[in-house]
Amino acid sequence: MNTGLQSPTGVWWKPAHKAERLWVQIAFAWCLVLFAMMPLWHMKGAQNPSGIRAKVNPNDFARRTYEFINTYKVGEDHGVPVVAPPPGADVYLLGRMWAWEPVLQLERGAQYTLHLSSLDVNHGFSLAPVNLNFQVVPGYDYGLRITPSEAGEFTIVCNEFCGINHHAMVGRVVVLDRAAAPVYGGGE
Amino acid sequence: MTAPAAFRTCPTTGLKVHRQADALIKANAVAATVSLLVGGVAAVLVLLTRWQAVHLLPADWFYRILTVHGMSMLIFFIIFFEMAVLYFASAVVLNSRVAAPRLAWVAFVLMVAGAILVEWMMWTGKADVLFTSYVPLKAHPLYYLGIILFAVGALVVTSLFFATLVVARRERTYQGSVPLVTFGGATAAIIAVITLLHGAAVYIPTFLWSLGLVPMDAEVYRLIWWGLGHSSQQINVAAMVSIWYLLGGLTIGAVVLNEKISRSAFVLYVLFISMASAHHLLVDPGFSPAWKVWNTSYAMYLAVLASMVHGFTVPAGMEAGMRLRGFTHGLFEWLRKAPWGDPGFSALVFSVIIFGFLGGITGVTFGTEQINIIAHNTFRIPGHFHATVVGGTALAFMGVTYYVIPLIFRKQIAFWPLVKIQPYLFAIGMTLFSMAMTFAGTFGVPRRHYDISFAAAPFAVEFNPAVDLILGVMALGGLLASLGGAIYILSTVWSVFFGKPLAEDATFGAVPAAILKPPPAPPAGDADHKGLTRGTLVLVGVFLLAFIAYYFVNWKLLSAVWRVG
Repeated sequence: MNTGLQSPTGVWWKPAHKAERLWVQIAFAWCLVLFAMMPLWHMKGAQNPSGIRAKVNPNDFARRTYEFINTYKVGEDHGVPVVAPPPGADVYLLGRMWAWEPVLQLERGAQYTLHLSSLDVNHGFSLAPVNLNFQVVPGYDYGLRITPSEAGEFTIVCNEFCGINHHAMVGRVVVLDRAAAPVYGGGE
Repeated sequence: MTAPAAFRTCPTTGLKVHRQADALIKANAVAATVSLLVGGVAAVLVLLTRWQAVHLLPADWFYRILTVHGMSMLIFFIIFFEMAVLYFASAVVLNSRVAAPRLAWVAFVLMVAGAILVEWMMWTGKADVLFTSYVPLKAHPLYYLGIILFAVGALVVTSLFFATLVVARRERTYQGSVPLVTFGGATAAIIAVITLLHGAAVYIPTFLWSLGLVPMDAEVYRLIWWGLGHSSQQINVAAMVSIWYLLGGLTIGAVVLNEKISRSAFVLYVLFISMASAHHLLVDPGFSPAWKVWNTSYAMYLAVLASMVHGFTVPAGMEAGMRLRGFTHGLFEWLRKAPWGDPGFSALVFSVIIFGFLGGITGVTFGTEQINIIAHNTFRIPGHFHATVVGGTALAFMGVTYYVIPLIFRKQIAFWPLVKIQPYLFAIGMTLFSMAMTFAGTFGVPRRHYDISFAAAPFAVEFNPAVDLILGVMALGGLLASLGGAIYILSTVWSVFFGKPLAEDATFGAVPAAILKPPPAPPAGDADHKGLTRGTLVLVGVFLLAFIAYYFVNWKLLSAVWRVG
């Protein structure tokens, strides 16, 4: 036998010994499990990063966002418009240096299609403290069907570096129980 | 033909060493160490800022120094070191001359010039774009040009590696097949070519874009950039595993159990890693689920299989080597009686453990399409790659340095008592650091973020109160590791520039023991394997259980978050 520093001579393509062969087989089986879990979760699991994906001109996305805001606006928070879309609505969230617009008031258990995009550079959508993370890329619309499963107040941290004030880029989501009084506006 | 004076004979290994190879290895190793020093100072500054209790730097300097840290460590330190490894694995191990040494020096000058240009742009605030420089964030054109120069130099060195293999074969400087270490080096070099071509495909258009000449798509940039960004980590893995085999052989005379298995595993790295960029884009809007699932795994995760195979064959080769030399008692006598005071050996063992248990398991788990939803861009990601590339690769590089200094630089190692504990400090530090970082990320703490107290933000963000404590542990681990890094730099620089030349009669206490008393040659022929790797089977069993547990715990965590699809 030789060390890894020495040249093997003659034919070294020999059958592996039992322990080695056993480990390769176990490791390979595990690798197949690692693969199988992904398609399986698409069929059985409730959390997949699939979404509706399309290219979009950043200005068009901004226009859609402001139309959305004008339709469902119920107030303002720290100068950011607050919207309360009905269950099932298409919801637009625009990332730009260095803010998320608008603030969202959603209903627990209802499904929304959350469209994410950016007006300028890459941003990171990170919902705290739930820990849901998606990349927000300028020129691309990421439409995720999302169902808030708990009521409460949540924040959207930007977790992709986007310039000098990156750390100040925080948005807000409020999730209400169906019967609860709204936090913003009268729910009109 | 070269004149005989161009070679010297190594008194320890009996290898015939080309003086040009000596000089090129020295130059690249020195450049690597300077880069490590710059990146290391940056690391401490970044650490002391993210440790919210200290919060050292102002915001602009935090992002600037974070850019410096990434480039200096992941590109300059690692790649300069790998250039030295390539010269070692070709010319030195094969007793050969270096092909075209003049061109090799041109390549070195290109790389140094590129690195200086990039550092200049970063330190003067003209490239505050972080390591990934995602467009449309824009740096000064000279920043991209510097990276291109550096990459061209590295590509030339890689070509010279292949040329040297051809020279060695033609001049019959070795018998039989190339040794496994050289074979692994060759796979690293092939992956380097793939990586550098991706680098050209992304940085040349970006350079033109920064001059206002062509448009760039933000998502296409991410796709191609990660063809560079991830593949470069695969160079590190292939180089690191080669060094594992090298250190195993040097420190305790580890044997290669089966050349076929180990070499096939290296080939899997080459074949199944090229689109590994996919696992950086799992929660991106530009790609379909089918594309993501396929390109993450190719249905079989064969690059993961390769690492799991090496994770067995490296320790099993060490165990068999020790057992063949008489350490046969029980399951673990071979480990208990191993030379734990040899920093090359302890660095090897910790590198294998940290890479596998911390880096490997977390990496494969976070690289799963859906689990990435609860990991992307959180602290879990740098927690993972500090375990692979720092606790794994950098630590292996440190361990092999303690052999390179006496063997290539012909110097005794300075501050030997400190050097003996260096791998322990570094390994414990990086373990604490990586685990704490990963754990903080589980609570959603973002990476690349100046201020998680969100003092300047319109809305207050509440993380789990445990996060403060966890970040304290991270800081403690980071500082310990930095101390280990400082000892490494101090000792290597001192040894090389002011150290005592290694006399023929050097004594223990200034060089690793195995250099003065190499392990006896293993018995010739194909030994009976029965029971030779019992201990290792137990160890990999523990590893697999840890892997399975961590993997499924993460599916459980995922299943608890909001429904999204």
